[in-house]
Amino acid sequence: MTTVLALSGISKRFGDIIANENISIALRKGEILALLGENGAGKTTLMSILFGHYTADSGTVRVDDVELPSGKPRAAIRAGVGMVHQHFSLAPNLTVLNNVMTGTEKLWSFKSDTAAARTKLLGISQRFGLSVNPDARLGDLSVGEQQRVEILRALYNDARILILDEPTAVLTNIEAERLFSTLKEMAKQGLSLIFISHKLDEVMAAADRIVVLRGGKVAAERRVGETSKAELAELMVGHRVTRPIRDAATPGAVALEATGVTVRRGGVDRLKDISFRLCEGEILGIIGVSGNGQAVLSHLVSGLAEPSIGNIRLFGEPLANLGVRALIESGIGRIPEDRNNEGAIGEMAIWENTVLERIWTPAFSKYGLVNRKAGIAFAQRIIGEFDVRGGRPTSRTRLLSGGNMQKLILGRNLHVRPRILIAAQPTRGLDEGAVAAIHARILEARKQGTAVLLISEDLDEVIGLADRIQAIVKGRLSPPVAAETADPRMLGLMMAGEWLQSEEAGHAS
Amino acid sequence: MRLERRAHRPLFLVLVSPLIAVAAALAIAGILIAMAGAPVLEAYWRIVTGAFGTRLAATETFTRATPLILTGLAAAVAFRARVWNIGAEGQFYVGAITVAALGSSTLAALPGPLLIPTLFAAGALAGMLLMLLPLWLRLRFSVDEVVTSLLLNFVAVLFVSLLVEGVLKDPLAFGWPQSLPVSERALLPKLIMRSRLHIGLAVAVAAAIIVHLLQSRTVFGLRTRAAGLSPAGAAFAGVPLGLTLVKVACLSGGLAGLAGAIEVMGVKGYVTTDLSPGYGYSGIIVAMLANLHPVGVIAAAVFTAAMFVGADGMSRALGIPTYIADVIVSLSLLTMLVALFFTQYRIRR
Repeated sequence: MTTVLALSGISKRFGDIIANENISIALRKGEILALLGENGAGKTTLMSILFGHYTADSGTVRVDDVELPSGKPRAAIRAGVGMVHQHFSLAPNLTVLNNVMTGTEKLWSFKSDTAAARTKLLGISQRFGLSVNPDARLGDLSVGEQQRVEILRALYNDARILILDEPTAVLTNIEAERLFSTLKEMAKQGLSLIFISHKLDEVMAAADRIVVLRGGKVAAERRVGETSKAELAELMVGHRVTRPIRDAATPGAVALEATGVTVRRGGVDRLKDISFRLCEGEILGIIGVSGNGQAVLSHLVSGLAEPSIGNIRLFGEPLANLGVRALIESGIGRIPEDRNNEGAIGEMAIWENTVLERIWTPAFSKYGLVNRKAGIAFAQRIIGEFDVRGGRPTSRTRLLSGGNMQKLILGRNLHVRPRILIAAQPTRGLDEGAVAAIHARILEARKQGTAVLLISEDLDEVIGLADRIQAIVKGRLSPPVAAETADPRMLGLMMAGEWLQSEEAGHAS
Repeated sequence: MRLERRAHRPLFLVLVSPLIAVAAALAIAGILIAMAGAPVLEAYWRIVTGAFGTRLAATETFTRATPLILTGLAAAVAFRARVWNIGAEGQFYVGAITVAALGSSTLAALPGPLLIPTLFAAGALAGMLLMLLPLWLRLRFSVDEVVTSLLLNFVAVLFVSLLVEGVLKDPLAFGWPQSLPVSERALLPKLIMRSRLHIGLAVAVAAAIIVHLLQSRTVFGLRTRAAGLSPAGAAFAGVPLGLTLVKVACLSGGLAGLAGAIEVMGVKGYVTTDLSPGYGYSGIIVAMLANLHPVGVIAAAVFTAAMFVGADGMSRALGIPTYIADVIVSLSLLTMLVALFFTQYRIRR
């Protein structure tokens, strides 16, 4: 079979972070290639380079043996590369036909040839069995149908190579199965496909060949018939560094306990029947691929979301009113997942950000008047104690680097030794130095008896810090495993939702 | 060439930018004056003397500035919290008509020291209620308050028109559509004898200072700023977003309502449908010129009032239409927006 697409020696760095390192991949005609890897393995970066959204530091992309100019999506489209984004790039207020035609006509032409476009669209949709009503308003369609439109648009632009970025992330199981049969049909008709995934099942079910990325490099390449889910899980997760030496600690009393909690938002169960138990002096790690409910979980225990069903107990007491203030008053410290949006307000002074979440305490305000001096002194202490660099208490918070901002957020929580610390993605996007500093602080808090709920997509982090580990998949929590007994293969299968299937099978029988 | 965000906003630039903006606006308006065939410098000099040249002119300018300070504050406090209150004009009118209704009723029998504050409060309350409606719609149904508060202006003015042509019509006004006059004891004492300038100016200046202290010193001010800058960040820090916005809306609507009350009690004594030459809308410009700073609002209001008053004198002397004042004020809003941009960004090659 002929090679239609060849990536060779692609490398890309963002600052200190190596996203792709010397990656070479070849795609053959009529083949489905799966790109498997954890978050941050470099999958999306690689595909963005291929499609021209990013420029590679080195390496080439060749389509049909012709090199693509880098950084030009239009050149990629013209060469026959189509991309189906994870977050659709469609306009909800336009019809399907208009969405498909967008970008295909000249900006300055006065008339648009709708009739021809309609014929072409219907032809394509018939050929691949992608039925769709061209006149439906996109916003009225289900997510699965919208994705179909996104695929149709790529095909309308005469794509012969189709790239799908986590196509099943937004789909139900039935929709996903339909998608895969469509993809197989397309491959049979001579199209070549790459799909990005971190789900072992679908990779095994749909792909011909699998390339595993880990840490920005190609970790392995397998034909589907020659491998197993267990092997792929291990390849994806890799052999982890040894755990840092920590004092063994006997966990104390139960600090935070959730029983059968469901959080429903907009008619969808964002968290479904989750249960966990967190003890004093213990770190409970929640692992999982992003977008599986971590954000809602951290909102739930940060006082920003309420359980629709089930209850949460704090030191044995049922917590009825989960307001932010109530939680802070009962000794919960919170590190939000999104530090730039939620953790700090960039345009406000550092001292204001340090005291805002406890401004009602007498130390910082009396009779509704802010005690500016006390606030500045408090911020100064945290800056000193937690080694926050790059700002004075009165300078704007947005001037701080990510790591220093995170140290500030950590500091304002740990300064008043919390009984419980919720740490959501505490080191996301930080450099090694900052990561080490924050890990040390979290371990120190644990030693002092703080119960830590660590929600992280960084497996190394969870393995390094946590005493027990649970995985979150599609809004559900796996049963906990002790960190000592967890090996990469087991964790990989947990994140892939293996326990869910056995659970479901258990229910069925 | 590209734009780069400044790490710090130099205080010097922040203070000077309004002056540069005004100078630029005057320069551009100067082209129009020249096109109208008048000497530009003399025209501007006439505006200055027309606004401040005589005792009468100066008191008139400050009389005009009084409602502008209050409507400017109304816009400034709301905008600071990203509540887009475009309805100060309507709130001004409901404040005015409430005062006319109560001040001409039996309530006017209250003793003087009690009557005036009561009427102030009533006018402010009316403005508050009118602003709460758009805010409620925003919080409940995510309706854009720019549209609703703007459109409520027309509702309010027509409502006032209904009243001054109907139940509140003054039978002694020779058929003119004007409201019953408020009791004489409800009229504000003069600040300067034999002029129209009344103690409302002192009230407006005090309001600006109070708002400034509220914003810079109180928990309410801190939370309002947080809610305006980043709703997600404020919510995470436990700021009750809805309640904070309700408070802001009350303050903003109340200030605009107070402006209407003071205008009735200080200048005219009764309400007509042309009581306000667009004070509510000019308040938005005043707030922008002041960069939303409450104390800056005072200066911006005086500038705007001076343009309007001074342009009358210039018009009489040089035959240029008074509309040039509108042009200058509007231009200075545009140039101010540009100037504000350059306090935040700089050009890099």
